[in-house]
Amino acid sequence: MTEEINLTIDGIPITTRAGTSVLDAALENAIYIPHLCHHPDLKPVGACRLCGVEIDGGRMTMSCLEPARAGIEVVTESPEIALVRRTAVELLIANHDMDCLACAAATDCELLRLSAHVSVQSERLERLKGLTELKPVDNSNPFFSFDPNKCVLCTICVRTCEEIQGVRALALINRGYETVIGTFGNKPFIESVCESCGECVVRCPVGALAPKRFQKPAREVQTTCTYCGVGCGLYLGVIGDRIVSARGDRERPSNHGQLCVKGRYGFKFINHPGRLTTPLIKRNGEFEEATWEEALDLVAEKFSQHKGDSFAALASAKCTNEENYLIQKLTRAAMGTNTVDHCARL
Amino acid sequence: MTNSIEEVKDAACILAIGTNTTAAHPVIAYSMKQASRNGAKLIVANPKVIGLVRSADIFLQNQPGSDVALLMGMARVIVELGLHDETFIEEQCENFEAFQASLEAFNPEFVAEVTGIQWETIAEAAQVYATNKPASIFYAMGITQHTHGTDNVMAVSNLALLTGSVGKPSTGVNPLRGQNNVQGACDLGALPNVYTGYQQVTDPKVQAKFEEAWGVKLSGENGLTHVEIIDAIDEGQIKVLYIVGENPILSEANANHVDKAFRKLDFMVVQDIFMSGTAEYADVVLPAASFAEKDGTFTNTERRVQRVRKAIAPVGDSRPDWWIVNEIGKRVAEKGFDFDGPKEIMEEIAALTPIYGGITYERLEDVAGLQWPCPNKDHPGTPYLHKGKFSRGKGKLIPLVYKPSDEMPDEEYPLLLTTDRSLYHYHTVITRMAEGLDELEKEELLRINPVDAEGLGLEGGDMVKVRSRRGEVEVRADVTDVVPPGVVSMSFHFHESPTNVLTNAALDPVAKIPETKVCAVRVEEFQKRAQ
Ligand code: SF4
Ligand code: SF4
Ligand code: SF4
Repeated sequence: MTEEINLTIDGIPITTRAGTSVLDAALENAIYIPHLCHHPDLKPVGACRLCGVEIDGGRMTMSCLEPARAGIEVVTESPEIALVRRTAVELLIANHDMDCLACAAATDCELLRLSAHVSVQSERLERLKGLTELKPVDNSNPFFSFDPNKCVLCTICVRTCEEIQGVRALALINRGYETVIGTFGNKPFIESVCESCGECVVRCPVGALAPKRFQKPAREVQTTCTYCGVGCGLYLGVIGDRIVSARGDRERPSNHGQLCVKGRYGFKFINHPGRLTTPLIKRNGEFEEATWEEALDLVAEKFSQHKGDSFAALASAKCTNEENYLIQKLTRAAMGTNTVDHCARL
Repeated sequence: MTNSIEEVKDAACILAIGTNTTAAHPVIAYSMKQASRNGAKLIVANPKVIGLVRSADIFLQNQPGSDVALLMGMARVIVELGLHDETFIEEQCENFEAFQASLEAFNPEFVAEVTGIQWETIAEAAQVYATNKPASIFYAMGITQHTHGTDNVMAVSNLALLTGSVGKPSTGVNPLRGQNNVQGACDLGALPNVYTGYQQVTDPKVQAKFEEAWGVKLSGENGLTHVEIIDAIDEGQIKVLYIVGENPILSEANANHVDKAFRKLDFMVVQDIFMSGTAEYADVVLPAASFAEKDGTFTNTERRVQRVRKAIAPVGDSRPDWWIVNEIGKRVAEKGFDFDGPKEIMEEIAALTPIYGGITYERLEDVAGLQWPCPNKDHPGTPYLHKGKFSRGKGKLIPLVYKPSDEMPDEEYPLLLTTDRSLYHYHTVITRMAEGLDELEKEELLRINPVDAEGLGLEGGDMVKVRSRRGEVEVRADVTDVVPPGVVSMSFHFHESPTNVLTNAALDPVAKIPETKVCAVRVEEFQKRAQ
C-alpha cells in the first residue's frame, strides 16, 4: 500500500496517496482547478500555466508538477492566480474558432469548462479577436480531422503519440504566434507516419482533433474486438439498429482502453449494405433467395446422405468459442468424422 | 502466449521474431514500445524493415527461411560464452549434450552466409538476450508458415530453455495468434486430432468420455487438416463441404488448386456475413450475424476468455452462427442440439473440457474475463504458464539441423516472395467493407528493393506481373528498401491481386502448415505507370 497523506485545499482537509500531484489530489476530491495540458495517462509538463496554486502562502506554482506533501495548505484562487488564468484563457479563446454547435467536442470541451469557470469578459475578447486568419483544416485522414483553429496547443496529442502509441508522428512546429501542431515535415496526416489509431483524438481536450461524422451513441455495449488476437475490450456505441462508435474499455487488462485503427474505426462493415441478409440456394447456376426452412432442410438432407469420410467442415477463427464447439460437435457426433479444421495454420 | 499482455511492458529484453507486431497485433506493439522506453532491450528479427524496427536496439534482417540458423547461432554464442543457465538446465531440462553437439554445425561462417547477417551482430543479440532478464520472446506466422515451421518453433523454445527464460512473469515464449479467435477455435476442438481442450481423438478414454456425454458412437481416427481436405476433395473422397466464416479461395496457398477442387464438390455450404469469392462456389449460402449481433466468448492470444455481447439485432434475416449450426444439428442428429443460447453451450463446454472447467457466464461478468487453465469454479485462472514446472515433465532441448525452404530462388524464378499482412486489413473480406480502412490502403503492392527494381528497369507505381510455378498475378510495384535485395513481399487481402495463386502449399510435416512465407517468383511484363 502506498502511504496516505493529509493536506488541505482551500481549507478543506483531504486525504490522498503520497506521490499524487496536487492537481490530481484536488480533482479526485471533486475540487476543480482549471487545466488544459494535464492528462491522467501522460507525464505532466506544466505548459498551459492554468493550474497555478499557492502553497503555504508562497509563490504560485503549477499544481500538476507539484507533488502533494503531508500537511501543506493549498490555495487555488487569489487575485494573482486569477489574473494569470484569465489572461491565458482569453488569449486561447480569442484565437479559437468558436463553432461550438457543430463541434464534436461540444458536450465534453475543456475550453468551455474553463471559460465558464474563469468568467471571460466578452468586450475584452472583441479587442483580442481577429489577429489571425483561419488556417486550413486537415481532412486527409478518413476517420478524423485536425482543425488548427480550435487547437489550444496543450501538446496532449504529441505526448500521446509519443508516450502511449510510440509512433511519434506529431510535434510542435514553428515558434511564438506561429506555433502549430503538425506532423513531421508538416505534411497532411495521411502522408505522415501516423497509424490512425485515434489515441490522440480521444484525448484532445477540445474539438481540434475530432472524429469525422461523429454521432454520440444513445447507448453503449461492452464487448470484445473482432479483429485480432489481442482481444481488446471495447464499447460499441449504438443509435437505433446502427453501430456508430467504438471506444476502448479502460478496465480491460488486455488493452487498458487502447485500441488500434481497426478496433476503433473498423466497425462500418457491420451495417454495410452489402451484408448477406437472406439464405441463398443455387438453382441452375444462379443464386435465388430462400427461406430459412427451405435452406436448412436442403442442407440437412444433403448432409444426411454424406455422413462419414465424404464430409468435411471448416470452422472459423472469427466465430465464438460456443460456435466452434457446436461445429466440431456437429462434425463428430452427427456426421461421424473428425475432419473439422479452421485456418489457424494460415 | 505463455505470459499475459500486461507482463510485456515489464520485460528487460524482448525478442520479436517473425512477427510484424505493429501491423498484426498493434496494441501488443504499443506495450513493446513502452517496455523499450522503460529501458528494455528490443531485438527485432525480420526479413523486412517493419514498424517495430524504429524502436529496436538490435535489428536482425535475416533472409526469409533462415530462422533456425539464426536462433541456433544465437544458442551457440550463449553456450560458448557460458551464459546458459546451468542450474535450470540441470534441474528442468533434458538432452543438453545432444543439443550442444548439434550446435557444432552452426559455425559463424555458415550462419552468416545463410542468414545474411554479420556474425558479430548475431553474437551481440545473443548476449543481450541472455543477460537481460526477464526476457520474453514473441513470434507469429513468420516462424510457423514454413516447411520447417516446427523446427523454427523448437529453435525458439531451445533459446528460452537454455537461458532459463520460462515460467516466470514477463519471461517466456509467446506465439501471437493471428485472428481474433484462433486460440478459441483450437481450444474448442475445431481441429481434426483433438476434442475440446486438446483431448486426443485417438485416446480411447477420451473417446469413451465423449461417447458417453454425447450419447453416440465416435470415430477414433484423426481427421484431415485444412490443406489435406482440399487434396481429398480433388481426389474425390470428400464430396460435401461445410465452410463457416472462411474464404479459402483467397487465404489458402496455391489458390488455383483450391479452385479446381471446389468445382468437384457435390454439395457445398458457405455461412458468412458477406458474399465472398468462396461463397460463389456454394450450393447454399447462409447469412450469418456479425460479432455485434450476438452473444458469446472469444479467447485471446493470452488465453483470456472474454465476453462478446449483442449490441444490435442481426442485420436483415441473418442469424448467429450458433443458431444456424444448432438448427442443422437438430435436423441431422437425433439429439444433442437443443441449446437455447451460448450460455448453455458454455455449460456443456465446461463440463467436458478440463482447462475451461471453471468458466461460466456468471464469472465472465468480471471485465478481466478468465485465463485458462481454469479447472474449477474456485480457480482464479492462470496468467502465465509453466510456473516452476513443465506440463510434460522436463523441458526438452532439441538438436536441429538447418533445412532450406522447399522452393528457393533459381535462374528461372530469381526472387524470393514472402507474404505479410497490413495494419489496415485483416485477412480477406471484412476490412474491405469497413469504410475508411479501405481508403488507407486501396490495393495490393509488391514491395521490391531499388536494386532489383533497377535491374528490371522498373519504377514505383508500375503495374507488373508476378509469376511463380503455380500462377501469376498483376500488382502495382512499390520500390522500397523495407525489403532487402533478392526478396519481394506482398499481403493477401485483395481479391484483385490474389497473392496465394503464387504461394507454395508444401507442408510442414508435423504441423501441416503450408509454406506461404517463402516461394520463388519472377517479375515481368510491366506496364509503365500513367504519367
Ligand atoms: S492517430 Fe495515433 S498514430 Fe496518428 S498521430 Fe494520433 S496517436 Fe499518433
Ligand atoms: S490538437 Fe488537441 S490535443 Fe493536440 S495540442 Fe491541439 S488541443 Fe491539444
Ligand atoms: S483494437 Fe486492434 S489490437 Fe485490439 S484486438 Fe482490435 S485489432 Fe487487435
